[in-house]
Amino acid sequence: MSLRKLKAADDTILDHALVVRFVAPHSVTGEDMVELHLHGGIAVVAAVMSTLTALGLESASAGAFTRRAFDRGKINLGQVEALGDLVAAETDGQRRAALARTGSALADRVDGWRTTLIETRAELEATLDFTEEEGVPAALSSRARAALASLADALAAADADGHRGELIRDGVTIVIVGPVNAGKSTLLNALARRDVAMVSPLPGTTRDVIEVRANLGGQLVILVDTAGVRETTDPLEREGIRRATARAASADLIIDLGPGPAAAAISVVAKSDRAAVGAGWHDGRLHISAQTGDGLALLEAHLTDRVMRLVDVGEPPVIAHAHQRKSLRTAKMSIEAALATDDGVIVADELRAATVALAMLIGRVAPEQLLDEIFGRFCIGK
Amino acid sequence: MQYFDIIVIGGGHAGCEAAAAAARTGASVVLITRAVSDIGTLSCNPAVGGLGKGHLVREIDALDGLIGRVADAAALQFRLLNRSKGPAVQGPRAQVDRRRYARAMQQALAEQPGLTVMTAEVLGFRGDEQIDGVVTSKGDIGAAAVVVTTGTFLAATLHHGRLTSPGARSDAPPANDLARAVMKLGLRRGRFKTGTPPRLDGRTIDWAQLDLQPGDERPTFLSEATQVKAGPSLPCGLTRTTPATHEIVRAHLDETPTYGGGLAGAGPRYCPSLEDKVVRFSDRDGHGIFLEPEGFDDLTIYPNGISTALPPAVQTALVRTIAGLAQARIIRPGYAVEYDYVDPRELDATLAVRGRPGLFLAGQINGTTGYEEAAAQGIVAGINAARFAAGQTPVIFDRASSYLGVMIDDLTTQGVTEPYRMFTSRAEYRLSLRIDNAGERLTPTGIACGVVGPARRERFTRRVEALVAARDLVGNLTATPIAMARGGATVHQDGVVRTAAQWLAYPAVDWTMAAAIWPQLATVAPGIAKTVATDQHYCLYLARQARDIAAFRADDALMLDPTIRFAQISGLSPEMIERLEAVRPTTFGAAARVAGVTPGALVSLLAHVRRAA
Repeated sequence: MSLRKLKAADDTILDHALVVRFVAPHSVTGEDMVELHLHGGIAVVAAVMSTLTALGLESASAGAFTRRAFDRGKINLGQVEALGDLVAAETDGQRRAALARTGSALADRVDGWRTTLIETRAELEATLDFTEEEGVPAALSSRARAALASLADALAAADADGHRGELIRDGVTIVIVGPVNAGKSTLLNALARRDVAMVSPLPGTTRDVIEVRANLGGQLVILVDTAGVRETTDPLEREGIRRATARAASADLIIDLGPGPAAAAISVVAKSDRAAVGAGWHDGRLHISAQTGDGLALLEAHLTDRVMRLVDVGEPPVIAHAHQRKSLRTAKMSIEAALATDDGVIVADELRAATVALAMLIGRVAPEQLLDEIFGRFCIGK
Repeated sequence: MQYFDIIVIGGGHAGCEAAAAAARTGASVVLITRAVSDIGTLSCNPAVGGLGKGHLVREIDALDGLIGRVADAAALQFRLLNRSKGPAVQGPRAQVDRRRYARAMQQALAEQPGLTVMTAEVLGFRGDEQIDGVVTSKGDIGAAAVVVTTGTFLAATLHHGRLTSPGARSDAPPANDLARAVMKLGLRRGRFKTGTPPRLDGRTIDWAQLDLQPGDERPTFLSEATQVKAGPSLPCGLTRTTPATHEIVRAHLDETPTYGGGLAGAGPRYCPSLEDKVVRFSDRDGHGIFLEPEGFDDLTIYPNGISTALPPAVQTALVRTIAGLAQARIIRPGYAVEYDYVDPRELDATLAVRGRPGLFLAGQINGTTGYEEAAAQGIVAGINAARFAAGQTPVIFDRASSYLGVMIDDLTTQGVTEPYRMFTSRAEYRLSLRIDNAGERLTPTGIACGVVGPARRERFTRRVEALVAARDLVGNLTATPIAMARGGATVHQDGVVRTAAQWLAYPAVDWTMAAAIWPQLATVAPGIAKTVATDQHYCLYLARQARDIAAFRADDALMLDPTIRFAQISGLSPEMIERLEAVRPTTFGAAARVAGVTPGALVSLLAHVRRAA
């Protein structure tokens, strides 16, 4: 890094700049790279850019450096995805989780698992490809079986992360349910701090599922308002109720404005301004007024606490995408199947499948299907 | 000038299969050898088949090739290896009579219509880019395609201790003019070594001291066509090296070409010389040796396991430290050979040299080791040379069809770093590629390209009909869990009636048990029963492999333009361009298998292919 004068073609000075040189392969893309640290200002940047353009250089399009790094094998697919998540991060929680995955932690961990598998396979294949005559033992050693068993445990532990990666990345879904006219839409608007859902004194105003993204204590949450549940002959409202029920089934948290305390849900009385008791916890139910805002802070604090308990357990999770979890589970099931048989050829087949699945997990192999998946989600290869 | 459709140079395992296969398709073929007596020579140990190799032999046999039936005709004994480890990894092996083998091979070639055997020295190729024949000591011969199967003749050096002499075998001078012509093609080359043990006089071995290993009582033949064993059986002897043997090797290590300097080529790790064994496994106090008879009326014994290039006097001393060999006399000392091979990434999937239409290479010249590997390449090159000569499309055997395909794909996309030997672990679809179903996998292709004769075609048709009938039978017979338990099967009593096919998928149910429960099954021929039972036994895994194979074939169906310039694909780094240009894969799937090619490079390549399509 040095301080240099940048000159145009006619030798006039454009700027005094800090110039940093990165020699291949020790740069972000693995190529020779130069960084120019200019004084700010539109005119300075424009003058330098036009000089560079005149030299035949072009501006990088979005993601071009990531793409080049990926092409040269500097980063793997998991890291590309994490970088994509990092750029798209809306909340601090998403940012931290994505940042953790842009490093090599995931690849290192998976490589450790792969090493165990490959060592075991080498031992096993030797028993299949050489006869006892050639001095190779006939069966897999008990040490190898133990290594496989603890590998299966490690994969199970990685899988049992409560889907924190997906929750952080995609948001924690909080569904508001309850009977008609309980004040669900008013509560949604109050939590979202804007008028998302139409409210009226008429029961059955909300017919469809309404979703809004919000930031709760640095975590992305998806607040969902649903149609109130009641007996009705209106086909439109019945469809709304069916959708409400379906959405509630996939919720991470439920706020229930119904009459009785609900076991799994957060039980809330939303119209405390009309009740005898004031805002606050009474008999396991939180009384608030979405109308006046009384008790709303209590509900937010409680929701934040519940969301944090879902997403913030220990280290940042390594898995953030559904296809990664699918690969992880395939690997785990294959290893378990391998441990359940004495047929060495079957064991070998299962371990081969597990190795391929772990390679897929970090994007090390790229059959056409996987590439299709990448093409579907990234704007690369154009 | 004489003219043939195909010229095959060399009468080893690759040359014999190439010439016979091309002739079976109807091409006119000349096999040029320096001596008819060299044809069918087993230059290493007197055995054919084994693990992985037995698969190759059965596949060649399924294409009506020679090696299986010739070995069967010359066999001293048969053994099915890995009997306890499941049908997918079992390999048949035959110990053979060296002279009978060569004689049977020579006879098979003589009986093949359309095939001429010529004794001559090949001096060079005719034509420049397009090879259209060869120059020989007996004049020029024209041809549409030339198959070179010359083994270890390129820049070969023999090592006896620290003495070196040019040559590829102890009894054969090097073929210098042809070697120069091959080198002039400008193909990338590498250097390998191999070796042999000293040959012993069987009369000087104390057999009474040794354990003997007979063949299987009920032989598993290498060829599906063989019905009965010809001639009596002979056992092999078993012995071991001793600490005293290793002491002698260590004391004289500096007198060997490898450890004393002078031999640089890489040898096979799985077939190490005695010197390598002693150095690399210094904690072992003994290594097994097979004493293999070289023939019925041949006194020579081949001590498999002590390949060495120590000086002859040291070889005598070390042999005499081995149990049963205290008085043994060496007929011919062991030696090491160092040779050049052609980087097989210079070849396409038909074993044709890229950029030299009509020129094919097969066998050890491509960096492989073993008779079976050579023969397998020979039959593929022979079929494709004939198709090239006739202006027909190539026949490509892929990884999902056969060990032939696995080997050729490995060779042409990965190259070699040590002499390439077949192992079952190289085949990712191993459960599907078995010795019992080689015919179903390959004979239809063989029939389509005219390489399968009428007798085998007839037998194959009958086998397919019998398989269909047997599968119908097990698909229709049923039993309750109670009936199964009465038949001796430990199965879960869930009350569900299942078909015989479904019950055969249970580990507790085998064919013998099934035949006791359903007497109709006893009429199914053993060869048919074996395939049906194995397919049912592995049915879950075979279904998964079928899905994997479909994905694999989808990638391999994405053809790359044969004239593709990788340097012009945007996004490929210079390193990726170099790796892809070294192999010049012809499909997207093959590109994905090229060593060191990154997923990122494949994304660029796929984008290019899609845009071009």
